[in-house]
Amino acid sequence: MVCADRATFGLKDLVKCSGGNVPEIVFDKVEKSYGSVRVLPPLDLTLNDGEFTVLVGPSGCGKSTTLRILAGLETLSGGEIYFDGKPIGALEPKERDIAMVFQDYALYPHMNIARNMSFALRLAKAPKAEIDEKVRNVADILGIGHLLERKPAELSGGQRQRVAMGRALVRDAGTFLFDEPLSNLDAKLRGKMRTELAEMRDRIDKNMVYVTHDQVEAMTLGDRIIVMSEGVVQQQGTPEELFKSPVNLFVAGFIGSPPMNFVEGQIVEDGGMTGVKGAGFHLPLGAETAARVKDATARDVTIGLRPSAFATHTPEAEATMDLHIVVSEYLGAQSVLSTRCGSAELLVEIPSIAPLPAGQTHTFAVNTDEIMVFDRASGLRL
Amino acid sequence: MRTARLNRLTPYMFMAPAAVIMGIALLYPLAYMVWGSFRAWNPSQQIGETEFVGLKNYITLWNDAAFRESLGVTLKFAVSVVSIEMLLGVGLALLLDRNIRGMSVLRTLFILPMMIAPVVVGLMWRYMYHPTVGTFNRMLEKVGIDGIDWLGQNALFSVIVADIWQWTPFIFILSLAALQSLPQSALEASRIDGATGWQQIWHIKLPLMMPVLIVTALLRLIDAFKVLEVILVMTEGGPGLSTEILALRISRTATEFRELGVAAAMSNYLLILLLILTGAMFAYTKLQEVRAARLRAASEEG
Repeated sequence: MVCADRATFGLKDLVKCSGGNVPEIVFDKVEKSYGSVRVLPPLDLTLNDGEFTVLVGPSGCGKSTTLRILAGLETLSGGEIYFDGKPIGALEPKERDIAMVFQDYALYPHMNIARNMSFALRLAKAPKAEIDEKVRNVADILGIGHLLERKPAELSGGQRQRVAMGRALVRDAGTFLFDEPLSNLDAKLRGKMRTELAEMRDRIDKNMVYVTHDQVEAMTLGDRIIVMSEGVVQQQGTPEELFKSPVNLFVAGFIGSPPMNFVEGQIVEDGGMTGVKGAGFHLPLGAETAARVKDATARDVTIGLRPSAFATHTPEAEATMDLHIVVSEYLGAQSVLSTRCGSAELLVEIPSIAPLPAGQTHTFAVNTDEIMVFDRASGLRL
Repeated sequence: MRTARLNRLTPYMFMAPAAVIMGIALLYPLAYMVWGSFRAWNPSQQIGETEFVGLKNYITLWNDAAFRESLGVTLKFAVSVVSIEMLLGVGLALLLDRNIRGMSVLRTLFILPMMIAPVVVGLMWRYMYHPTVGTFNRMLEKVGIDGIDWLGQNALFSVIVADIWQWTPFIFILSLAALQSLPQSALEASRIDGATGWQQIWHIKLPLMMPVLIVTALLRLIDAFKVLEVILVMTEGGPGLSTEILALRISRTATEFRELGVAAAMSNYLLILLLILTGAMFAYTKLQEVRAARLRAASEEG
């Protein structure tokens, strides 16, 4: 346990080394193909300087390719990347002033930790005293100061992860790239490292570009999140923007845990009240949503309901749904119920204080302000 | 109870046929040789009729100038071929570790020499080295240079060249395999850290290939100590004793000098030499592994 305690970040110490140039990064119609397979259609993207940007999306959505192109590990098939207006597409990785943390850490197995961390500085022929000081400094901050003589094979997964971070930090580059750095850790360690990274984000004034498929990581870390699918940016914005106003079904379904429920229905006008109707339910819409969808009456829509939009029934609720509880999962403070409404399956998240047994049908109150309506044909939010 | 015992015995039952074959094909001849090396033994005698002479054969050999010369030639030969082959093989692998059109054809061509029977290789090179009609001297004559006495004055050199030609591919394919299984992300990390191509080779690729390279070099070294056919065909150990490597001397001691006991003792010297080499290497590897495992276990507990 000693190591874990020592590992608490003291990242305020790092602020003083945030000297280098932090560029604004612009992707201008960046394309990537392997032979005839196009993995990235023309991509336009602007990463403001000093921001922690998270690229998130399912496997194969092009997020890692985007990062590797930015790193210079993949060549461009078209378009250009600009750092502060300067094209860098043809530059070698080392000429881009970047540091990168890899998913499998990519430590050099034959070098001890000190030599791993100092490799870039040694190649750059920095003075030995300066190298030693920097390595010692960063290692102490990361709580790996006592491991400097070890080889990577002699460290645990969490320690290797820290070394990988340390190797990037020692570089003192303008832009830090993270390629799913936490996905090889166990759940508990991942949570801890996530918190430490969040702390680091607030302390270090550098560009950070972070790739992950885990939306929880994206939400906790990102100043700005870019949601990608099939090489296309679906939406970008702050975590709150993405959660509260997703632009389409994909983003709505991807962001949030447990994921949003989707049921099919229609918009109906009923005595001046706009609502949505489907098999086994009829819900009035909140004023704001109602105003947005009033032109779409009678259109086929998909209705999005977050699991947290439900509450155990209160008699004065204006909107209710009768749901048949299939499974009740107890998660501690919260319980997640798998329920059925007609043929649709819905997840409902409720406090565990009032447990509801599986096998019965219950009336739930629905928060009408949280009902989202999507056009079924285009997937766009109305 | 009985089933449990049967279950425990099952693996040994499956291993038994292999163990029997090992015993017959490997251990029995080996023991026979060791036993024979302590006896004065003429090929016309049954081993039972021979006289026990203790360590006499070993002592005789130790003081025999011809044996020591032969050992020296063997060492010179083995060390030169293995070091040059390692340099060339690893170099070629580093050059050809890339995706360009026709690379698979090239690779196949490169490993062809290894697939030719050693006797054929010996004959081929003997003709090429021939003082008057050989390829090399005819070429030299064409450009106006006097022919070289390949298999005479320069016999050891010529034999070394032939061996390099035949066995560099072995090192090449093993190095190439090692190169292609290197962790890509470590190489990418080194590119980001600013390593040039040469620096990548020097600081990352070669050190990471080292375990494979050591085993490869050892295999080649063992082989080089035992090489026989090519040299037998090319020079028969001559001129003088200049190319008489140990394997050749062993075979001549047994057949020409008709001293099986001495030949067996000589084989044992060779065996001991190789065992020391192999043992030292495995001990070193094992030591490293144990140390790494212990430290890792300690850090995961901590």
